Amino acid sequence: MENAPAGSWRKQDATYNMTGSKCEKCGTMYFPPRIICRNCGRDGKIKEHKFSGEGSVYSYTVIRVPPHDFRNVAPYTVAVIKTNEGPMVEGHIVDNGKKVEIGAKVRIVLRRMTVDGEEGLIHYHYKFELV
Amino acid sequence: MRDVAIVGVGLTKFGERYEVGLRGLMAEAGLAALQDAKISSKEIEAAYASIMASGRLTGQEHVAALLADQMGAKNIAATRIENACASGGSALMQGYLACASGMVDIVAVGGVEKMTDVTGSEATTALGGAGDQEWELAQGITFPGLYALMARRHMHEYGTTEEQMASVAVKNHENGYKNKYAQFHKLVTVDEVMKSKMIADPLKVFDCSPISDGAAVVILAPLEKAKKYTDTPIKIVASAQASDTLGLSDRDSLTGIKAASIAAKNAFAQAKLEPKDIDIAEVHDCFTIAEVMAMEDLGFYKKGEAAKAIADGETRLNSKLSVNTSGGLKACGHPVGATGVKQAVEVTWQLRGEAGDRQVKDAEIGLTHNVGGSGATAVVHIMRRTN
Repeated sequence: MENAPAGSWRKQDATYNMTGSKCEKCGTMYFPPRIICRNCGRDGKIKEHKFSGEGSVYSYTVIRVPPHDFRNVAPYTVAVIKTNEGPMVEGHIVDNGKKVEIGAKVRIVLRRMTVDGEEGLIHYHYKFELV
Repeated sequence: MRDVAIVGVGLTKFGERYEVGLRGLMAEAGLAALQDAKISSKEIEAAYASIMASGRLTGQEHVAALLADQMGAKNIAATRIENACASGGSALMQGYLACASGMVDIVAVGGVEKMTDVTGSEATTALGGAGDQEWELAQGITFPGLYALMARRHMHEYGTTEEQMASVAVKNHENGYKNKYAQFHKLVTVDEVMKSKMIADPLKVFDCSPISDGAAVVILAPLEKAKKYTDTPIKIVASAQASDTLGLSDRDSLTGIKAASIAAKNAFAQAKLEPKDIDIAEVHDCFTIAEVMAMEDLGFYKKGEAAKAIADGETRLNSKLSVNTSGGLKACGHPVGATGVKQAVEVTWQLRGEAGDRQVKDAEIGLTHNVGGSGATAVVHIMRRTN
């Protein structure tokens, strides 16, 4: 499927910098960002919030049968990361030779995610590396 | 609200149905249901069609009108319901509500999916849309991947083993072996499951439900008029649905599906029944870990205890609780939009005593559990024989 670039562009601050949101009323943090707090509803005070990108592996798997856009990169490891701030986030674990296991510490890195053909956009995205 | 009963059911053979297309599948199941209820097409007043990804998989949208037309029900109100893999359960609920409200009497609920006209990677991509497209699929996290993340965490927290998960597949293949509508008629062993190709660690290909074509139709009528069509009306005694976040990472827990627990709790309250009252259950085993979690979410087992019980044979045919007598999604097949409706077809056959070689002795009360995506939607129905 061919997509317009806007879909990737409008998520850039989140996918490059892990910018999510925080409700200043109840303190709950969200990634990906939301504009309505799940606890406070319309009374919430949502502000932009940049995550540290540090956390630990909560669960992980290796994708060996990928969707079409990832057919040339499988197998790859993905994980649910528990961020140091609390919320969980899903992302790739880049292969730096270290062993992936539940509880392992990670930090954010910026990497290429997918490429739209030879002359198309390169979609960059946060990933995680084991520390 | 008045009482509603299932008065007719129809099913196609599930599997790679290269000889028949989307509309042919709907017509085949529709005809079987009309014949089963001995009802005229003209009596149907409303139709609900469940399908997940017909646009991506066949190019055809707008399928509810097509279902009504193919069933010969001219000019009736027909509505499509899409809730990913829970589309069928949700369509059944909408059909139930329409009939229970008194607005219409006879309702057809039809589920279908035609999946084998595209390549495997295209189907994988289409199914990935049941999760969070922007934050999961866009990172290449597939549907088996999401359940693998849940399985890994379940193993970590409760000591669930890959062998125990494999025993779900073994059991469901045993049941599917006895079901002529099932995609697979082949027994498998724990060893075969364990040695099958890895898809998303720790899930192997034999832990996963297949890509399938198929359709299922049920016909609903008010209970007070049901005897006109059948000697054994199957009364719907509970219909409950709940939702959760689309993506996995926003959930309270990865080791259970909260929407399913909530839907189950509400369904048992509606029916004034408890888990111990259930004789048979058709649960959403899209992956083996999903059946383990289903048994816990539905309240049949305490958290962390289902995997061992399944491996010990407690949920085999005619044991403590017969689970997935049809073969489940694993062995009967998983044409996504058809699955929730097929579960109701199987429960109806069991409660009528028409399930042949896989009949559960004296089955009176049955439950269906249908999950969408990685748990963002769950639908639970409870049905009871009334004759």
